[in-house]
Amino acid sequence: MKEKPDNNQQLTIQVEELSKHFSHFVAVDKITFDVQKGEIFGFLGANGAGKTTAIRMLCGLSAPTSGKARIAGFDVYRQAEQIKKNIGYMSQKFSLYEDLTVTENIHFFGGIYGLTDKQLKSKTRQLIGDLGLEREAKKLVSSLPLGWKQKLSFSVAILHDPQIVFLDEPTGGVDPVTRRQFWNLIYEAAERGITVFVTTHYMDEAEYCKRISIMVDGKIKALDTPSNLKQQFNVPDMDAVFYQIARGAQRGDKNPAA
Amino acid sequence: MKSISRQFSNQQFFSFVRKEFYHVMRDRKTLLILFGMPVAQILIFGFALTNEVKNTRIVVSDYANDPASRRITERMAASNYFDIERRLVSHREIESAFKEGTIKLALIFPAQFNESLSHGNSAQIQLITDASDPNTANTLVNYASSIIRDYQAELNMLHSVPYSIIPEVRMLYNPQLKGAHSFVPGVMSLILMLVCVMMTAISIVKEKETGTMEILLVSPFKPMLVIVSKTIPYLILSLINVVSILLLSVFLLDVPVNGSILLLFAESTLYITACLSLGIFISIKTATQQAAMTISLMGMLLPTVMFSGFMFPIENMPVPLQVLSNIVPAKWYYIIVKSIMIKGTGLALLWKETLILMAMAIFLLTISLKSFKTRLE
Repeated sequence: MKEKPDNNQQLTIQVEELSKHFSHFVAVDKITFDVQKGEIFGFLGANGAGKTTAIRMLCGLSAPTSGKARIAGFDVYRQAEQIKKNIGYMSQKFSLYEDLTVTENIHFFGGIYGLTDKQLKSKTRQLIGDLGLEREAKKLVSSLPLGWKQKLSFSVAILHDPQIVFLDEPTGGVDPVTRRQFWNLIYEAAERGITVFVTTHYMDEAEYCKRISIMVDGKIKALDTPSNLKQQFNVPDMDAVFYQIARGAQRGDKNPAA
Repeated sequence: MKSISRQFSNQQFFSFVRKEFYHVMRDRKTLLILFGMPVAQILIFGFALTNEVKNTRIVVSDYANDPASRRITERMAASNYFDIERRLVSHREIESAFKEGTIKLALIFPAQFNESLSHGNSAQIQLITDASDPNTANTLVNYASSIIRDYQAELNMLHSVPYSIIPEVRMLYNPQLKGAHSFVPGVMSLILMLVCVMMTAISIVKEKETGTMEILLVSPFKPMLVIVSKTIPYLILSLINVVSILLLSVFLLDVPVNGSILLLFAESTLYITACLSLGIFISIKTATQQAAMTISLMGMLLPTVMFSGFMFPIENMPVPLQVLSNIVPAKWYYIIVKSIMIKGTGLALLWKETLILMAMAIFLLTISLKSFKTRLE
């Protein structure tokens, strides 16, 4: 943990003591962290640790019980609409329409983010070119292999050039080669200045992040760069770090790769 | 509503509606069912209706036995609708014949039929039918009356002073003839209910199931508009179904639209709105397509069949059920359509039913939009 910028403009996500209660159950318990612009921020935790609840609060899908959070400079309580215009989101579940073609999906999602026809046309051509989907452009998404769907889904999530993209376990069920390609897309997006907030189950992916936080039972138990964490716990890889931190968990299953 | 219209973007909305049409058009099987079902139902009901009136056994009780009565009887026999038995019968005999089911219609010529026709220029014939099967009874009476009218027209061509034969019709057991020709309005209320409630509910719940609803809620697209644009294809589909049902009924089944077509469509839109709102409400309260379908079928379709008055006369139900039937939108729509189509009634006489339907539509729309959460929990 070094260079914390004094300039708040550099912080695209600012979270302070954010909590979410479901009647008596505390899903997220006073989490605090910042994410810098263009950073790839890994959000780790066992199943049931509260990751999805946290990400939903940050996206404006779920109202926080208490605490503060500013996303892209906007307040989660009062400016949900502005937040929505400035973020992209890809959920755990595959999130394109299977019965629409590749092009139709791109046009639809571009359309609801208010892109003009001209923008849509050039964006579609570029996206299809980048992903090498020229021959599949007119095919239904359901006919694509899962890996391509996930890459397409990510590209669609950042079609409107959001400041931040939230990825909730984007590579679930995808083979290692495709996962690698997927991460190349993430790096490209980060280079363009898009902040990437990603939850994952795969510890090799955690290594790709600039910084990671590890959530246990609704609290953030560790937050640092992967190398600092390995050093701190004196273990060779992230798997071991995760195990050390998460083994005290009271809820969820403790196997991160499950 | 102001903030919605301000942020409402035509292009966003258009993208969304177009996507909904892709969904509907790509699902060929469902589409076929949605368009085929009303046609099939109308044809089935229509054929059941027309088949029954061929060679029906009737009794002619001719107390006059004069040229006029014999002429009419001959014409009846000449048509292929009736098998005629000439016999003098009492009312009691007619009733027992109805109960045994040996005859469907009794035609009674009073004594001095021809005399009163030629001297008084007016005579009466009594038609008694077994209206426990109202469709058949109505059709038989219509055929018999038209034969009598033909004879009357023929007489009038030969004489300067118009004669009139007044068929006195008595529908036994079911004097108001509930159910006659009512299958067209009945099928309309069923089909619209099915298309609007079930299809809308399923299509919204499907987005929840596949996870795309999350993506939509994270987008700047107004959640309210998600709902509105999802209903548009089904609104259009339903109106097409109304058109096809009406075309079939007018041109194939000779069930005319006696009242205003415009009013009929306006009332249908009102009913469709109520049904779409119900569909939205179900979709909000359920998490799976299966649950949405079950609730639509059991919770909506069944009451519609039971309480619309289409299949079972509401008058014959116990009072609590009669009261309950008032909350079924289909009951009011059914009354309205039947009145417009068959009786040719205008809005002046239907304002009460229309107001009830409108109140239901507004109420359902309000609660369904209110309960729609813009955030997931």
